Amino acid sequence: MNLTLGLFLAFIAVTLVITYWAARRSSGAGAYFAASRRISAWQNGVAVAGDYMSAASFLGIAGLIAFFGYDGFMYSVGWLVAYLTVLLVVAEPLRNAGKYTMADVLAYRLRPRPVRAMASLSTLVVSTFYMIAQMVGAGALVSLLLKGSGITFHTAVIGVGILMIVYVVFGGMLATTWVQIIKAILLMTGTILLSILVMAHYGFSFGNFFNAVQHVTYTVGGQQVTKDFLQPGLRFKPPTGALDLISLGIALIFGTAGLPHILVRFYTVPDAKTARISVVWAMVLIGAFYIMTTFLGFGAATIVGRDFIGKNGGNNMSAPLLAQALAGNVFFAFICAIAFATILAVVAGLTISASTSFAHDFWTNVIHKGTERKPGEEVMVSRVAAFFVGAVAISIAIALGPTANVAFLVALAFAVAASANLPVIVLSIFWKRFNTAGAVGGLAVGLLASIVLIVISPSFMGIDTATTAASARHLIQHKAIFPLENPGILSVPLGFIGAVLGTFLGGREPVAEHKFTELQVRANTGIGAEKALAH
Amino acid sequence: MAQQNARPVPINEAGAATAPATGEPDLWDRVAAMDEFKLLLLAKVEFVVPAVIVFVVYYFLLPISVGYFPQFMDKRVGPVNLAYLFALSQFFVAWLIAYLYVRQARKFDDFGKRITNNLEDSPKGGDRP
Repeated sequence: MNLTLGLFLAFIAVTLVITYWAARRSSGAGAYFAASRRISAWQNGVAVAGDYMSAASFLGIAGLIAFFGYDGFMYSVGWLVAYLTVLLVVAEPLRNAGKYTMADVLAYRLRPRPVRAMASLSTLVVSTFYMIAQMVGAGALVSLLLKGSGITFHTAVIGVGILMIVYVVFGGMLATTWVQIIKAILLMTGTILLSILVMAHYGFSFGNFFNAVQHVTYTVGGQQVTKDFLQPGLRFKPPTGALDLISLGIALIFGTAGLPHILVRFYTVPDAKTARISVVWAMVLIGAFYIMTTFLGFGAATIVGRDFIGKNGGNNMSAPLLAQALAGNVFFAFICAIAFATILAVVAGLTISASTSFAHDFWTNVIHKGTERKPGEEVMVSRVAAFFVGAVAISIAIALGPTANVAFLVALAFAVAASANLPVIVLSIFWKRFNTAGAVGGLAVGLLASIVLIVISPSFMGIDTATTAASARHLIQHKAIFPLENPGILSVPLGFIGAVLGTFLGGREPVAEHKFTELQVRANTGIGAEKALAH
Repeated sequence: MAQQNARPVPINEAGAATAPATGEPDLWDRVAAMDEFKLLLLAKVEFVVPAVIVFVVYYFLLPISVGYFPQFMDKRVGPVNLAYLFALSQFFVAWLIAYLYVRQARKFDDFGKRITNNLEDSPKGGDRP
């Protein structure tokens, strides 16, 4: 176990050196918020992958496949295909027409104050919910991974929180980017090694491997069952399973292109062409990773077994336990360190996007109507905001405790991104008639619909029995009103309807329509786009 | 937006980025009127719209087929089943569409360059960097 702790400390040391280096290099808002827009295509692609592949992907997806087989793999597919929306629709116009945040593009031709206030709220909701899910997971995992070293859930949450605050407050976007790059490289290395070891276990025969996958034995209610893990339907069962799968797909496919912490990454590159190539880099890495979840998840199901994982930390421990079973404690420590790096890189990305949106959208543009009262104020406010965002996330994660059921928070973040952010981004880029009332309406309806539908869904409401595990307890003891775990199928259309209705109810907005031409020229040609900065 | 330009330190998108527009209010209209720009938009729409339709339809066929026809999708194909193969194919289709888009996007970049050149050649475009 001390080896695990040693690797954790080594990773912390490396990232702190990077933060120190970044802090000395960067000065000014462009450097702090957008790494001077000098990140190259491959660097940004790797960083996007590092920003995106959270502990929920690495540990969560391996666990879902290990426990539910094929249905878990459905998440893997959606998480990659979603990048086509980013590539084809969002990345380039955003880079060309914006500066630091998603709201820049919306506020471009609409009245900035109401639009930015709503967009900032939506950004903070998505980022904070996503972050709390990561923090609770991080605390539980770190205390589990470092079992025996005396590190408790509280210490782990505070430690992770302080580290992410340090990266963001001192190192800004440049340090965050490099933490994400290193994490992505570590994650890919670990995943490739694990996949090779799984295949070596089966004599490098896909026939043997998939044969084992079709005969997975575990215990349900004291009885041994053998299931075919390639068979769909082990998690998403009738009558609502199919609809839930489609709804999940909608949230993933349209939500990724509305995740603020992913979108801000495209401001760190010199131009739209680089942004485009960086999405392709990200797609290569993310796709390769999610294909390999086949080996991680099915490997854990067949080699370690569901019963053993269940007794040794639960489904999130599938990948580390698989490493231990295949190559002993050193490799276990390595995989644990990767999980730790994964969590840190993602929470740092969330912190910077949330604090940037607060400082740039809310403080400067909503409260102070687009002016900085003194140079450097925006960066200063963002640093303070990062500190508070971190402190709030630490407090909530500790208040919820290690056994809180937080899986729904990730679903909620994707749902809000898909239902509130994506419709207004798309409509403001492509629809001339779109106006301020439409943007505010779309954001508000999308946000509200996602939250309400999640609260009345089976992730929140249900009747527990005495044997229900603490981490699966429902917050409201009542039969669920909305039958699906994923609200996307209803909340995304509602977000669009809110935006369109708002537009028509708000009456024509000549300025917005006139500036559409300007936005269209900028978004498509890059004329007038923010340039890379000198150091 | 207009009143923001008059303030001392404008730092949102109404700031430095719009500098060309303040000296020359019709820059955007001039670009929008260029044939190259119309061709650029047309070329983008001609690729992006079908590409989005193809990937969205292909993607949602997966949860629909797996969700509503699980028995059929569980049919053996070699060492795996139809469901797994279909899911795996999604990755390759996504990569293929991304590759085709990047190849197509070189055309968009060429149009963009021609538009910038046109602006520099015309006397009013002298404010471009």
